[in-house]
Amino acid sequence: MFYREAGDFKTSYRDDNQTFPIRLDRAGYWIALFVAFCVIPFFVNDYWVNSIFAPFFIYAIAALGLNILTGYAGQVSLGTGGFMAVGAYACYKLMVAFPEINIVFHVLIAGGITAAVGVAFGLPSLRIKGFYLAVATLAAQFFLVWLFNKVAWFYNYSASGQINAPERTVFGVIVTGPNTEAWAKYMICLVFLVGVAWVARNLTRGMTGRKWMGIRDMDIAAEIIGVNPLMAKMSAFAVSSFFVGIAGALFFAVYLGAAEAGESFGITKSFLVLFMVIIGGLGSIFGSFAGAAFMVLMPVLLKNLLVGTMGWPTEIAAELEFIIVGGLIVIFLILEPHGLAQLWRLTKEKLRLWPFPH
Amino acid sequence: MPEQLLFAMEVTLNGLMAGVLYALVALGFVLIFKASGIFNFAQGMLVVFAAMTLVGVQTGQIPFAHLINTIFGTKIHHFGWTVPTILAIIVAGAAMVFVAWVIEKYILQHLIGQPDIILFMATIGMWYFMHGFAPLMWGSEVMKLDVGLAQGINETIDTTTYGWFGYGFFIDNLDIVAAIVAALLVTALVLFSQYTKQGRALRAVADDHSAALSVGISLRFIWVLVWSIAGFVALVAGIMWGSKSGVQISLAEVALKALPVLMLGGFTSIPGAIIGGLIIGVGEQLFEFAIGPLVGGATQAWFAYVLALVFLIFRPQGLFGEKIIERV
Repeated sequence: MFYREAGDFKTSYRDDNQTFPIRLDRAGYWIALFVAFCVIPFFVNDYWVNSIFAPFFIYAIAALGLNILTGYAGQVSLGTGGFMAVGAYACYKLMVAFPEINIVFHVLIAGGITAAVGVAFGLPSLRIKGFYLAVATLAAQFFLVWLFNKVAWFYNYSASGQINAPERTVFGVIVTGPNTEAWAKYMICLVFLVGVAWVARNLTRGMTGRKWMGIRDMDIAAEIIGVNPLMAKMSAFAVSSFFVGIAGALFFAVYLGAAEAGESFGITKSFLVLFMVIIGGLGSIFGSFAGAAFMVLMPVLLKNLLVGTMGWPTEIAAELEFIIVGGLIVIFLILEPHGLAQLWRLTKEKLRLWPFPH
Repeated sequence: MPEQLLFAMEVTLNGLMAGVLYALVALGFVLIFKASGIFNFAQGMLVVFAAMTLVGVQTGQIPFAHLINTIFGTKIHHFGWTVPTILAIIVAGAAMVFVAWVIEKYILQHLIGQPDIILFMATIGMWYFMHGFAPLMWGSEVMKLDVGLAQGINETIDTTTYGWFGYGFFIDNLDIVAAIVAALLVTALVLFSQYTKQGRALRAVADDHSAALSVGISLRFIWVLVWSIAGFVALVAGIMWGSKSGVQISLAEVALKALPVLMLGGFTSIPGAIIGGLIIGVGEQLFEFAIGPLVGGATQAWFAYVLALVFLIFRPQGLFGEKIIERV
C-alpha cells in the first residue's frame, strides 16, 4: 500500500538510476543512517559494542570486499584471513613507526598495502580458474600467516609474538588501546563501513562493476566484447583486498587490540567470511551486510541460549555452532543459492503488490 | 660420502613416505571428481570422521555421550566392551557407506545441475558440519588409534644403511606399511574399475554423464558407490594418519594438503594423485631441510601450496590432467 513507485515522479536520468528507487526505501535508508550515527552511540555499552556492533561492522567490511571478488568478479578466494592479517600487521607497523600521523590514514594505507599483496597473489588468476584458483588462494592464506608468525620484524621482535595496538586518537578521542570508550569504537568502525559500502555500491553499478560481472559470467565472452581481463581481474583483486585489509586493520587495532597471526587470521576466518558472503548472497551489497549480521548474531544467540539459559558446556555449544553453520550453508545452497539478499528481494516484490496481488 | 648428502637422502626417503599419505587422501578426491565432477573439499574431514568412528567403535565409546550426559544429566561414556579391530574396521566402513548415502540423498540429489562452484561450496559446508558433528559424536580429546600396525624405527634399514654409509637411516615402520597399503589399494581400485561391472559403469559415468544415463546406468547408485569408495579410502588414510599422530580434528587441516597434491597431479588422474603426493612430500621435506633453517622453519605449512601455485602458472591442468578447452 505504501511501498509503491506510484506518485514518485522521476524527472532526470539521475533520479531514475538512484540506488533506492522507492520512496519508502529512501526514507528507511536515511532513518537507518540517522539512528546508527545519532542515536545508538549514546546508548551503547561495552558488551553491545564488543560482541555485536564492532564485529558486525568489521566483518561487513570484509564481506563486502570478498563479495566484490567472489560475487561480482567470480574469483573464489579462500585467502581472506591471510589478507586480513596483512592489513593488521601493516597497520601495526605504521602505527608504531609513525605515531604522529592519524590512525585513519594508517588504516587506509594498510588497505593499500593489502591491495598490492592481493594483486600479487591474484596474478595467477589469469591462468588459473575455478577450483584451481580457490586452492591457489590457500597458498596466500598459509604463506602469509606463516610469514607473520616467523619473521620477527613484523611483530617488532616482541617476546610473545603478538602485536599490541598502541593508544591512538582521532580528533582527540581515543580509538585504540585498552582505554577506548565503547562509542568511540563503534563510531570509527561505522564510519569506515559506511564509506566502504558507498564506494562498493558505486563501483559495482558503474563500468568497473559491469566488467567484473562480465568476467564472472563468462570470461572468454567478456574478453571478446572488449573487457580487458587483466585489468578487470586485477582491479577486482585490488579493490577486494583493499577492503579486506581495512577490515583486518580495524579488527586488530580497534576490536581485538592484540593479535597473533595464526590464531586471529587462520583459515577459519577465511571460511567465516566466505560463509557470510554465501549466506548473505553472492553479488549483493545488502547481502554482505545481512550475511555478516547473521554470522555475528547467530553464535551470540546460540551461546546465550545454550550456555546462558540452559547451562550447557561451551564446548558443546561451539560444536553445535559448527553443525548449524555447516547445515545452513548446505540448506541455503539447496533452497536459495542467492542467499538472504534474494529473500529480501522477493519480499520487496511481494510488498509492491500487497495487498492486491493481481 | 659427505654427511649433508646422507641427511638429504634420508629426508628424501621420509618425504616419499609422507607423500604416500598425502596421495592416499588425494585419491579420494580424484575418485569423486572423476565420477561426479564434484570437488570434494570435505575429504579431509571424512578421513578424520572415519578414523574417529573406528577408534570410537573399537574402544566401545557411546556416541554422543557428552550431549546425552548434558541433556539427561547421566554419566555414561563407555559401553564397557572393546571390539576386535577387524570388526571395528568393518563397522567404520559401514558407517562411511551410510555417510555416502546420506550425502547423496540429502545434499547432492538437490544440487544436480547447479554450477560446479555451488557444489564446491556445499562441500565446504559439509566440512564445517562434520567439524562440529565428529567431536560431538566422539568427544574432542585426541584419540589414540592402535590397530596393531608395526611402529617405530625399522631396524633392518637402520643396520643395512649403517653398514653401507656408516650412518643409519631413520625410517618409521608405519610409513613402510602405509606405502604397501597404498600400493595395494591403488591396485585394487584399478582392478575394480577395469574388470567389474560396477567399475565399468563408474568409468562410463566419469566419461559422460548423459551417455551413461542413456544406456541404463543408475547415476544415483554410482554416486553412492563412488562416495562409499572415497569413504573407504578415507578410512584407510585415517588409519595411517591416526596411527602416526593420534586422531584429532586438526588432522583435517593437514589433509587439506591433498589439494595442492591434486593441483600438481591433475584433478582427474589417479597416477597423478600418487606422483603429485610423492613430489609434494619430497619437495616440502627437502625444502625444509635446505632452506627452512634460514627462514625460521615450519615451511611445510605453505610450501606445498606455493609449489602448486607456481607450477599451475606454467601448466594450468596439472601434470596428468586433461587439457582444459574453453569455448564460448
